Amino acid sequence: MLTRIQKEARPDSLLLNMGPSHPAMHGTIRIMLELDGERVLNSEVEIGYLHRGFEKICENRTYFNLLPYTDRLNYVSPLINNLGYAMTMEKMLGIDVPERAQFIRVILSELSRISDHLTCLAAMAMECGAFTVFLYTIKAREYCWDVIEYTTGARMTTSFIRIGGVRADLHPAYEESLKVAIDETRKVLKDIHGLLDKNKIFLMRTRDIAVMSQEEAIAYGWTGPALRSTGVFYDVRKAQPYSMYDRFDFEVPLGERGDNFDRYLVRMKEMEQSLRIIEQAARKIPPSSAPVVTGGMEPAQAIHDSRSKRVLGPIRLSPNLEGSEKAVYPGILSLDSRSVIPPKEETYTSMEGLISHFKFFMKEAGIRPPKGEVYFSVEGGNGELGYYIVSDGSDRPYRLHLRAPCLHILAALEYLIRGRYVADIIPTFGSMNIICGELER
Amino acid sequence: MEEKTFIEQLKERFGGKVKDALEISGETILIIEKEYLLSLMTALRDQPFEFNMLLDVTCVDYLGQEPRFEMVYHLFSLPRTRRLRIKVRLSPEDLTVESLTSLWKNANWLEREVYDMFGVQFSGHPDLRRLLTYEEFEGYPLRKEYPLRKRQPIIPMRK
Amino acid sequence: MTGMAANFISTKFNYMLGWGRKYSLFQYPFITACCGMEYMAAACAHFDLDRFGAGWTRFSPRQADMILVTGTITQKEAPVLRTVYEQMCEPKWVIAIGACAVSGGIYDNYAVVQGIDKIIPVDVYIPGCPPRPEMILDALLKLQQKVQTEGHDWRWKKRRS
Repeated sequence: MLTRIQKEARPDSLLLNMGPSHPAMHGTIRIMLELDGERVLNSEVEIGYLHRGFEKICENRTYFNLLPYTDRLNYVSPLINNLGYAMTMEKMLGIDVPERAQFIRVILSELSRISDHLTCLAAMAMECGAFTVFLYTIKAREYCWDVIEYTTGARMTTSFIRIGGVRADLHPAYEESLKVAIDETRKVLKDIHGLLDKNKIFLMRTRDIAVMSQEEAIAYGWTGPALRSTGVFYDVRKAQPYSMYDRFDFEVPLGERGDNFDRYLVRMKEMEQSLRIIEQAARKIPPSSAPVVTGGMEPAQAIHDSRSKRVLGPIRLSPNLEGSEKAVYPGILSLDSRSVIPPKEETYTSMEGLISHFKFFMKEAGIRPPKGEVYFSVEGGNGELGYYIVSDGSDRPYRLHLRAPCLHILAALEYLIRGRYVADIIPTFGSMNIICGELER
Repeated sequence: MEEKTFIEQLKERFGGKVKDALEISGETILIIEKEYLLSLMTALRDQPFEFNMLLDVTCVDYLGQEPRFEMVYHLFSLPRTRRLRIKVRLSPEDLTVESLTSLWKNANWLEREVYDMFGVQFSGHPDLRRLLTYEEFEGYPLRKEYPLRKRQPIIPMRK
Repeated sequence: MTGMAANFISTKFNYMLGWGRKYSLFQYPFITACCGMEYMAAACAHFDLDRFGAGWTRFSPRQADMILVTGTITQKEAPVLRTVYEQMCEPKWVIAIGACAVSGGIYDNYAVVQGIDKIIPVDVYIPGCPPRPEMILDALLKLQQKVQTEGHDWRWKKRRS
């Protein structure tokens, strides 16, 4: 069947298909072009090649179980998606998160934001030909991922930020790895500024290409770095501060012209601001309620003892549960016992703990928010990431909808590339940071 | 108190068109009839409310209730940093609503997605086609009666 | 040449052919989703794919020997993958990276193909969500072993799909 562009095409123009699988490493989007030589007369963008049915599948999972699905939405900054979902649920349930958990959330989500911007710039620069920048940024990203891995256990899809707090406390070695990550990222940012900022080839490919005006950007519903590059000041962290962001001193960089180069520069400056936030958070974080937990009974011994008497002393947990001992619980998870997993010491050694663990995970029990709906948004890597959850009182969401910032940004691509060369599409597409996991849920 | 005057402003400006105006946990919600949608949105976009950004268009399927579908619009005002949610109920026999493409440009794709997932027709939409699934897809996936695991492959599978 | 002499020459030739093929695999990364990030990490300086000879990504199926299917393949993408696979020239190998490519992953619904072996034949499966870059390197070594040891048919007729 004919697509719109095939119906509208002039008889002597060339129809070119930039197919779903293409070297621009942003995933699967199909751009159909109507060309006159090298100039684009008309274009049509077709998406849906990564539609994984996230919203439908969430209606069949309990509120706790659907956390891993949120990781895979904007997969370059997974902790921010987790954070958005957790905060939406916390708003719906009305629970408070302890301070230390909020600081941990801020540190990890800013690291995710840095990794998001680094990946975007890596792909954009590589497509313009600057392969060195790609290698440098991926190296910096590895250091950031090391920090995340020490605490959460996984490099990318972590499912770490839970409803009510975080899963575990920070790793004892996190300070050294964080320092290394911050230093390396600063070095890499300085190198990239030197390589690209005044580079004639990069400037010719990105300056004054795909200029977006403020009115058009607002009409298209742009948010995030793309909107800020046109000069409009809107950052969810400043407009409606959530989770401790009003305590940190950071700026929001704005662009002037709204072209590709401004989108690149805004992202570079935002990374520097994120590094500032991380440093402030690492200084201001309240100490843990139990600094280092060592010693204690062997788990098998504790379980054996619990059959005859109540076990009171500390228990040494297995390495994969490191950081979520009972002693650190007050710092990392809220006190509302209906929404968080009970600590493992209690689960295995007392009847009440076992029952509350059982009730948390069984169907028809667990997290049951009251009937109603809520919308909450956080500042994702691309803009305002909003969750709209409708609950009917049961243990599964009745409807979960994600406000994906990429969809609105990509909707303007057809408008931006009209009249430009084919070669201009690549940096434009790269500077928009289209993540298909979020675009098509 | 800013919020209360906001709701009162809305009520006195739109009066009869608004079926209900609520404020739950800091969010302002307006429930209206579908005939007034386009005029209400146009008035909201201009002074004095200045809701210049359409954040989201989505739909919820309340199977078992009548009218069954509910369109949900999220608006945002950049100058005043204020959010608004507008809800319109639709029944399955009359599943059309006016399109907002003349007011905001991103409504194009958002409404295509709602059409794809729920089957809601938008009158005045320049190009209403499926967005996220493919053309040959039958059915509307996010409706409650569509089974989760129904397989509709385009090409035949091996084995 | 008859008997043992012919066998000796053909086995040595097979060995040389396998050696040449396995250390010069041109790959086509068919990247769709999250596993692509781990593939990028595996291809870059930290965990280097280039030291195994498979460094140059040939973004064209006509020039590639090996297709790395990374990420979820949806029903809409399936014909595209099939077309790309058929455009590749023999001999060709397929590696499925990530749980979604191996078996549909955590998405068991209307939109996702439950494993790409329902569309194309697969040589190496890498589980994980996403797999660590070391696993991708390990899979590459296993594929190289397979390329070395599989019998090279003189008439270039390979697997039937």
